[in-house]
Amino acid sequence: MLPQPETLTAQQTPILEMRGITKHFPGVIALQDVSFDCVPGEVHALVGENGAGKSTLMKILSGAYRPDAGELVVRQRPVVFDHPQAAQQHGISIIYQEFNLLPYRSVAHNIFLGREPMRGQMVDERRMVQDTAALLEELSVKINPTALVSNLRVAQQQEVEIAKALSLNADILIMDEPTAALSLHEVDSLLELVLRLKRRGVTIVYISHRLDEIFRIADRVTVLKDGRVVTTAPIAEVTRDDLVHLMVGREFDTYFPPRARPEDIKGPILELRGVSSGSSLKNVSLTLRRGEIVGLAGLEGSGRTFLARVLFGVERLDSGTILLDGQPVRFRNPQQAIAAGVGFISDDRKAEGLVLPLSVRWNMALPSLNRRQKMGYIQRSAERSMVQMLSESLDLRAAGADQEVQYLSGGNQQKVVLAKWLATQACLLIFDEPTRGIDVGAKAGIHQLMRRLASQGVGILMISSELPEVLGMSDRILVMRQGSVVAEFPGETATEDMIMKAATGLTTNGANGAEGAEV
Amino acid sequence: MSAIAQTQRRAGAFLNVLQTNPTLGVYAVLVIMLVACALFVPGFASSDNLINILQRSVALSLVSFGQTFAVVGGSLDLSVGNAISAMAVMTSLVMAGRVEMMIPTVILVIAVGMFIGLLNGLIVTRLRVNPFIATLGMSLFIQGVLFSGFDNFAGSVPREFEFLGYSTVGPIPVGVIFMLLVALGAYFLLRHTRFGYHLYGTGGSAEVARLSGVRTGRVLIIAHVLTGLGAALTAIFIASRLRAGAPWVGQGFELESISAVVVGGAPLSGGRGGIWGTLAGVLILSILSNIFNILNVGAFAQDVLRGAILIAVVAFYTARIRR
Repeated sequence: MLPQPETLTAQQTPILEMRGITKHFPGVIALQDVSFDCVPGEVHALVGENGAGKSTLMKILSGAYRPDAGELVVRQRPVVFDHPQAAQQHGISIIYQEFNLLPYRSVAHNIFLGREPMRGQMVDERRMVQDTAALLEELSVKINPTALVSNLRVAQQQEVEIAKALSLNADILIMDEPTAALSLHEVDSLLELVLRLKRRGVTIVYISHRLDEIFRIADRVTVLKDGRVVTTAPIAEVTRDDLVHLMVGREFDTYFPPRARPEDIKGPILELRGVSSGSSLKNVSLTLRRGEIVGLAGLEGSGRTFLARVLFGVERLDSGTILLDGQPVRFRNPQQAIAAGVGFISDDRKAEGLVLPLSVRWNMALPSLNRRQKMGYIQRSAERSMVQMLSESLDLRAAGADQEVQYLSGGNQQKVVLAKWLATQACLLIFDEPTRGIDVGAKAGIHQLMRRLASQGVGILMISSELPEVLGMSDRILVMRQGSVVAEFPGETATEDMIMKAATGLTTNGANGAEGAEV
Repeated sequence: MSAIAQTQRRAGAFLNVLQTNPTLGVYAVLVIMLVACALFVPGFASSDNLINILQRSVALSLVSFGQTFAVVGGSLDLSVGNAISAMAVMTSLVMAGRVEMMIPTVILVIAVGMFIGLLNGLIVTRLRVNPFIATLGMSLFIQGVLFSGFDNFAGSVPREFEFLGYSTVGPIPVGVIFMLLVALGAYFLLRHTRFGYHLYGTGGSAEVARLSGVRTGRVLIIAHVLTGLGAALTAIFIASRLRAGAPWVGQGFELESISAVVVGGAPLSGGRGGIWGTLAGVLILSILSNIFNILNVGAFAQDVLRGAILIAVVAFYTARIRR
């Protein structure tokens, strides 16, 4: 039998089961013997930190990945999902974070795409609109079936996705962070919709970071950590504190370089005073000193990446002051930020960090071309020696400077990204998820490099969702929530609990203490 | 409520309609152009001139309707120009003045046009060659074969075949009626059949369409076959109009048809546009040529103006979408 705790629903027959699912990637175990089940009409919440294995689990459920071991059982029958529509054929629909709708077609066209009702040789447009209206009516959703999807708000698009899933006769819905892009009011109506679906007997797997939502709608909760199921329990039997502990509690098993000594930390390189931008950043003040690594923790969508983009001149600043090395700056575009000595190591290495089909040399040289040109002529010899020097100092493992970066491993790709900013002689480096998708050995290498750069006098702002990394690397830790910095902790004494609580709004302490409850 | 607020609200509602139905925007441009030309261009509003504009729109319309299918599917066809030349030559050559060969020739040319489209579609979907390159290659291939065999008008069509290009029903040219019938057929395919729905899905997002159970490859192949059919109909009409085909009669149609489709509101990224939009696009281009001729604008200046207008129109569309 499965090693699971007693549950309220243990007597009922599950409609969806995962038994002993294991999935390896090169160098990483993404899922280890994961067992998980849902009974009909249940809302089963799935929680865990980033990297705990939630998305791998989703991809297995959707048929995008095949598990290495274990089986998937739907309605008591073992199933194999080997193509994207297989899950759908078994009544499972997945609502992804980025929507799968055609923006320039109507709501009705989207819902019935691929199975349009026909009358003779003609598509029965009227019936399609009527059926859509009836479907939306049933969900108590007020959307015009003939409206173009591109004219709908995000929340409405989500409702259309849900309606589409139900019209496919799905009775198992998997929702991945469905409230990430919604306003508070919209979150309420979505949660109500989820409860209405549940009453209709729809089974829902609800993946979310937001613990308050889970307590409002879930029947049971399963906590994933490091690719394993930590626990499955009825929601009534756990508290928020329990969940936070279960999500993060872990021993350090990674080696981190020693922190900066007080005498290594010099004057401020970056100061923010009351920086606001739209609704994404609210009155952010912080200081970063030369030689220091400041960790920026917080949930996805808390404004960390947005802050980085403001600092790099990608996003607009509404009010507040940014001082770089004591000088007030206001970057209108990345060129200006680069010229002033800011480097940005994006979390999306493949889309924003590297030009994949081009060579190591080309990628490293790009942002610092100005440094090696004379009257418009790029000095190739200077470029070659720069690339060679950086490759050696970063211990880059590539077949040569002319190898295309797409063929490098994640860790080596990250080194190339790093190299291109070192070549600009940046004094402020912003890392967004510096070791995402990088295997354990290479992670330590990147961490040591970061520390070495800091000790050479660079200021480092490190955005990370991996708490061990935040705790192991940071000299100071700032926690962001809903666009504000809500807590500051010294790196030495902070714990995962303290950070998680501040990030989810359970309690806050430290410098910028704001009210604790979720608004 | 103040009159200003009400007007603003009406204007807002009008913009909303434009957004949900961009074709109306294209027709608004067309109507404004007609009114302006009628007021300011001497001789423009005469019935003779208007019928002349329609008659001169037929060939471009037929090929542009075909092109619309490719563009809506997120593809395009650069081979239609040379394909039209080849098929026009084929029409007059095979008919060779014989009345009894009229119908077999028309059937043959239509089959050849659809076959070229089929090849294009297969190259684009099965070999995954970018449509620009695939159809450019096809175009060069056809051009090479064509010019190796012909350098001038070849063959002739029988007098009876000129019916299509020159007869009228009352004041309306037969060609114009034929064009409208083709438009209706194309509209029906695009807006009322499952194929049409799936084509919009494929062009809008092939991935979304595929995950919804649409056979995107097959849909795109059919779209290219219909583009080939449009080229064949154009070739037949031109052969009737010119009484014979020559290896250069289709030149320029590939880019002009894409311009018409784009001016008609269909972006090259696919998933949007329609037959009536394309028809308006063709008419806008034809009216431009017409007034250029009336106003005696030089050939080079015409090109300059056409290019500028094409860019301005498309910039206008993208500005609206971004908003």
